[in-house]
Amino acid sequence: MTLHTINKTPTESSALNNCLASLSDGDALLLIENGVYAAMPGYAELFTRLPASIQCYLLGEDSSARGLNDLNPDFRSIDYDGFVELSCRYNKVVSWF
Amino acid sequence: MIFSIVVTGAPYSSQAADSALRYCKSLLKLEHQIHRIFFYADGVHNASELAVPPQDETNIPSEWAQLAEQHKLDIVVCIAAAVRRGVLDENEAGRYEKSSHNLTLPFVLSGLGQLVEAGIVSDRVVTFGA
Amino acid sequence: MSDTKKSFLIINRKAPYGCSAARDALDVALTISVFEQPLSLLFMDDAVLQLLPAQNPAGIGQKNLSANLAMLEMYDIDQLHVCSEALQQRGLRAEDIELNINLLDRSGIATLIKQHDQVLSF
Repeated sequence: MTLHTINKTPTESSALNNCLASLSDGDALLLIENGVYAAMPGYAELFTRLPASIQCYLLGEDSSARGLNDLNPDFRSIDYDGFVELSCRYNKVVSWF
Repeated sequence: MIFSIVVTGAPYSSQAADSALRYCKSLLKLEHQIHRIFFYADGVHNASELAVPPQDETNIPSEWAQLAEQHKLDIVVCIAAAVRRGVLDENEAGRYEKSSHNLTLPFVLSGLGQLVEAGIVSDRVVTFGA
Repeated sequence: MSDTKKSFLIINRKAPYGCSAARDALDVALTISVFEQPLSLLFMDDAVLQLLPAQNPAGIGQKNLSANLAMLEMYDIDQLHVCSEALQQRGLRAEDIELNINLLDRSGIATLIKQHDQVLSF
């Protein structure tokens, strides 16, 4: 099981698209930096076909910095300690940037 | 758990370096071991002693240096990527007959083997890319 | 050199020449082979453009990436995986590529990531 981090908005690079195309059951997504914009409700469509086994997270420091509230409820907000904890819980970390 | 970190973004150009710094601080707080932090591609600029950000902004190169000194971390800059981009230690400055050098201590210049070795001995390698 | 082995996957996603990613990834690949660790390369998204034949970068002052990719087999780097969707999107066919490649669909890419210990992205 893999933790995938994404640090770009859905349109500034193909990072999110490539990541979504490369997931295995039981993997997790973590939006960081500009990646957190993908959790805006307007982008919810991108994630509707994800298997239920994929956990979705975002880095709260990055979403707060960008003034994002009322985000896609499928994403759980975590802090850096949570990021570290996820890195341990999953077998490896793949960065999409 | 043993971690190694790869940083490929230059400070101030992208958020990568700052994110990596915060992540490393969390790792240390949670008592994980950082085997090495490896700076590659534009990430080599993290080691420039000549960076002078405004006083109300984080001085990322000196933050790395302080963290490394405090926790005895191995912070390694890819030598090929660094000399290309003008990040030199005293040794390289001498070799290429340059009048000055700008590698912040305790950063060290070394080869890509240090990245691969880090991948071999670490449980996790986490990349912060630009 | 360490006794333990880790399998490495290098994910390439960028076109060559415009930025240093392709070159950086290649240098890491060669170093991993020096350490005799299991290694696979994956070319997805714009990185499939690295595989185009007839590259001639003399006019832009860069080294020929395709010549270097062609030499990978000499370093026992023979696991070159290519995203078939990325080829299709760019109007390319597997026959256009003069390297010994393995085509992967989405599930093949997911499996490849799962199979490796460390994944480095470029």
